[in-house]
Amino acid sequence: MREYNKLIFELSKEGRTAYKLPKMDVEEVDLKEFVPEEYLRDEELDFPEVSEVEVIRHYTNLSNKNYGVDTGFYPLGSCTMKYNPKINENMARLDGFANIHPYQPEETVQGALKLMHELDEALCELTGMDKMTLQPAAGAHGELTGLMLIKAYHEKRGDTKRTKIIVPDSAHGTNPASAAMAGFDTLEVKSTEEGTVDIESLKNVLSDEIAGLMLTNPNTLGLFEKDIKEIADLVHSCGGLLYYDGANANAIMGITRPGDMGFDVVHLNLHKTLSTPHGGGGPGSGPVGVKKSLIEYLPVPVVEKDENRYFLNYDYPNTIGKVKDFYGHFGVLVKTYSYILTMGKDGLKKASEIAVLNSNYVMSLLRDDYYLPIDTIYKHEFVLGGLKEENLEVKTLDIAKRLLDFGFHPPTVYFPLIINEALMIEPTETESKETLDKFANVLKQIAKEAIENPEIVKEAPHNTPVRRIDETKAARKPVLKYEG
Amino acid sequence: MKILEDLLYTNDHEWLKVEEDKAYIGITDYAQDALGDIVYVELPEVDDEFEMEEAFAVVESVKAAADIYIPVDGRVLEINEDLEDDPSLVNEDPYESWMIAVELEDKSQLDELMNSGEYEKFLEEEE
Amino acid sequence: MYPYIPNTSDDEKKMLESIGVDSIEELFSDIPKEVQLGRELNLKESMSELEVEKYITKLSSKNKSINDLTCFLGAGAYDHYIPSIVDHIISRSEFYTSYTPYQAEISQGTLQYIFEYQTLISRLTGMDVSNASLYDGGSAIGEASIMAVNISRKEEIIVSKTVHPESRKVLKTYAHTQGFKVIEIDESDGVTNLEQLKENINKNTAAVIVQSPNFFGIIEDIKSIEEMVHKVKKTMFIVSTDPISLGILKSPGELGADIVVGEGQSLGIPLSYGGPYLGFIATKKKHMRKLPGRIVGESTDVDGKRAFVLTLQAREQHIRRDKATSNICTNQGLNVLASVVYMVTLGKKGLKEVATQSIAKAHYAYDKMIATGKYKPLFNKPFFKEFAITSNMPGEKINDELLKENVLGGFILDENYPQYENGILYCVTEKRSKEEIDKLVSVLEGII
Repeated sequence: MREYNKLIFELSKEGRTAYKLPKMDVEEVDLKEFVPEEYLRDEELDFPEVSEVEVIRHYTNLSNKNYGVDTGFYPLGSCTMKYNPKINENMARLDGFANIHPYQPEETVQGALKLMHELDEALCELTGMDKMTLQPAAGAHGELTGLMLIKAYHEKRGDTKRTKIIVPDSAHGTNPASAAMAGFDTLEVKSTEEGTVDIESLKNVLSDEIAGLMLTNPNTLGLFEKDIKEIADLVHSCGGLLYYDGANANAIMGITRPGDMGFDVVHLNLHKTLSTPHGGGGPGSGPVGVKKSLIEYLPVPVVEKDENRYFLNYDYPNTIGKVKDFYGHFGVLVKTYSYILTMGKDGLKKASEIAVLNSNYVMSLLRDDYYLPIDTIYKHEFVLGGLKEENLEVKTLDIAKRLLDFGFHPPTVYFPLIINEALMIEPTETESKETLDKFANVLKQIAKEAIENPEIVKEAPHNTPVRRIDETKAARKPVLKYEG
Repeated sequence: MKILEDLLYTNDHEWLKVEEDKAYIGITDYAQDALGDIVYVELPEVDDEFEMEEAFAVVESVKAAADIYIPVDGRVLEINEDLEDDPSLVNEDPYESWMIAVELEDKSQLDELMNSGEYEKFLEEEE
Repeated sequence: MYPYIPNTSDDEKKMLESIGVDSIEELFSDIPKEVQLGRELNLKESMSELEVEKYITKLSSKNKSINDLTCFLGAGAYDHYIPSIVDHIISRSEFYTSYTPYQAEISQGTLQYIFEYQTLISRLTGMDVSNASLYDGGSAIGEASIMAVNISRKEEIIVSKTVHPESRKVLKTYAHTQGFKVIEIDESDGVTNLEQLKENINKNTAAVIVQSPNFFGIIEDIKSIEEMVHKVKKTMFIVSTDPISLGILKSPGELGADIVVGEGQSLGIPLSYGGPYLGFIATKKKHMRKLPGRIVGESTDVDGKRAFVLTLQAREQHIRRDKATSNICTNQGLNVLASVVYMVTLGKKGLKEVATQSIAKAHYAYDKMIATGKYKPLFNKPFFKEFAITSNMPGEKINDELLKENVLGGFILDENYPQYENGILYCVTEKRSKEEIDKLVSVLEGII
């Protein structure tokens, strides 16, 4: 089955069909009566003609060439590939949620609005913020929205010289990209040997041109920024605001909150921390929470409640505007709320505790065979710097590819940029000790192979649907569609 | 690493070949080697004007992209369109694969650049 | 115990031993006391699956769905038929529980359906290349504008007021942060005012954005606009379109567009109260390296086998950081798959049939409404599946009366277009039967 190698276009045969519509019950018409001829298509659309059975088999075969959390362990650092509960999928597909139109009268969607309002409150409690917008479509979109809020805050105060955003050198690539997209310049601050923000180098860049600082805590090395209070005070005292990148929030639920650390704006990745599926790249959801002083700038509409009904409030004169059509990824919000109810206050905390336990456990199993650049207690993820044995030909990329042969998804590799040959491992709480043991054993075996039989590692993977792909060819002479 | 004698060099690993009021600019053997397989070269348009230290081109490999900075002020006279069709030329022969030719506005700016001996020493120190 | 957390307390003990600490609390000892929560979260206790199901289902039952009501509402989100195989395929967990396809060797499923999507969107829009999708139609307009500003190195975007009001609002937000200017062109008789457009296009114009069929459902005079736009060097023509309409209408690519964008919800994605949907963007080959977001390309593996891989990645945030073409790092993954399954299921004949039935039924409804003598058309222009009607009664009143009969009325125009008091935009898709349309018209006739 994994040998299947057809494109849907290659299955097409004239006269086949996979659909049937009811017969048209109004009069057949000549399209030229409705549309000027020059705007009518004169050639038939070049789409395939296939039967329903072929469509199902084709995509089922393609799915067999994919790997998901339901297939096996997925320790992708900073991506929180936890199990995606099935009941959440059912809840989002309920007729009363999946089949409502965004412009229906509010009285016909009170259940949807109530769910959004309750989710808003739950996320505020989880993050220690005062109000959320559920509009942003993904984490990066949340960052952009959050930075727009920071910009609006300074602009309203006439403080227009604040054009710079501070980003640590360990940050996710989206941080500087979002800052640039929001019209800011980025200033990078170095990390210390211990892997956290260097307070002295932070002090050096602080000025009245600083709009804010973006930080992930725990950071991308999986380390808690212990000096967070001091960092917050320093940034606030120069007039800047603090932005919390929620990519790593799975380490802290019920233990500490960005709002209590001093952050003013927060985004959460519902597709990471709160269990909604990644869907092969989307749709995600990246709600943004703010402290009181920033509520007036939130994108419209804001879901609110009066004595007897829920409603969409557009009356925010200082709003940054709209960042998205309609109100956000509602379907993802339903899944998230279902997860929060399932886990509850006790379960969410337990999830973070076990996520951290699992991460430190795997670290303890691998430290003899792999280089551990920073020897400390980690949070939900940790970073290795390649093999401990130096001067081997085997690199991190080879190790990642060799893992595929053993049926594991590799960790995040070559990130963060500040660690050479980085392997960033995030097990999440939804994995058993047995899985973690097996994974560690395989990595130990690969470390051994790297010495005894490096070729087998360097040429990996050997038994995947396809093997290493020529990326240079793909980029030099791009073939971006089927030309047959 | 190959270094040619009659060229001028920058700290960012670009080379300049001066022909009277005109200079051809490309990247050095060291630079192409560091970038790996080059998959795309984005060039400016003829008549675009740049100031010293401005990025005038982008060179992309599969997993990296590097801005190429102009070491002098100048207006673009020619661009090497061959590179747009076959970027691997930069890997094969970086010193033949000039990217742009510019009209030199201020020749004294050339004094700041390294000759081949100085660049060789610079590379040794970089290692 | 929690169903999604497998480790037992015995496991925990053994793991703590291996780490060399005594308790889980010790693993959090690096978090300063002053920032620790120190109390329980103020949320409900964990619930069983039955309890969650009951609670959420109760919330959903407070809504009225388009199965409870007969939907004549459109305005950017549409009630088209979704074949049942769409949900079956996107429910395969190898698809929906996977991450972005960075590890190409075990992601050929995702990569190939994106490649098929890029092919289908290119063919549908008549363009050379498509990316792997964007968040929605509105952000696609925002991203296309940024792209045009970067390519043209100019800073004014002209947008017609017949473009969806939500999308124009999103565009304004993007423009404000990016620091480029947006000029809106008025509409007259439901289409872009060509004279005003002509006056506003000049050498500073980075792009002109037009929607067709436009927000009022009307087919714009794209040919004349294209001529105006391309008289100016480097000015780009961005066309937003309804993908269903392209089953019968000439593609924007054939009509000279430089970038084509749109909302892809109609392609097999449920209404879901406004999201998640699907933004598409396609352009000419010469601009492909300026496209934002993910792109999949075809290549070969070491054994020479055809294989797909994310490509042109040097444009993207994880490499270019602050110089990336966009900060976007996801696409709409699973919704892309839904749209692919929809497009191949309907295929060559189906999309044409959906479009033909929609336009025929919309005109049938229009003619019947006008025939009552109580409702008048707002415009006199060729339209696709939506049309605007006015009367002597406020839209809210009409929609209230329709709702009493379990009919979901059209979109009320005067909030976004105050000049059209009492105007309502109706939408009729292939899903509406003659009987349903007749009922709508008879209720409408009875109101006034």
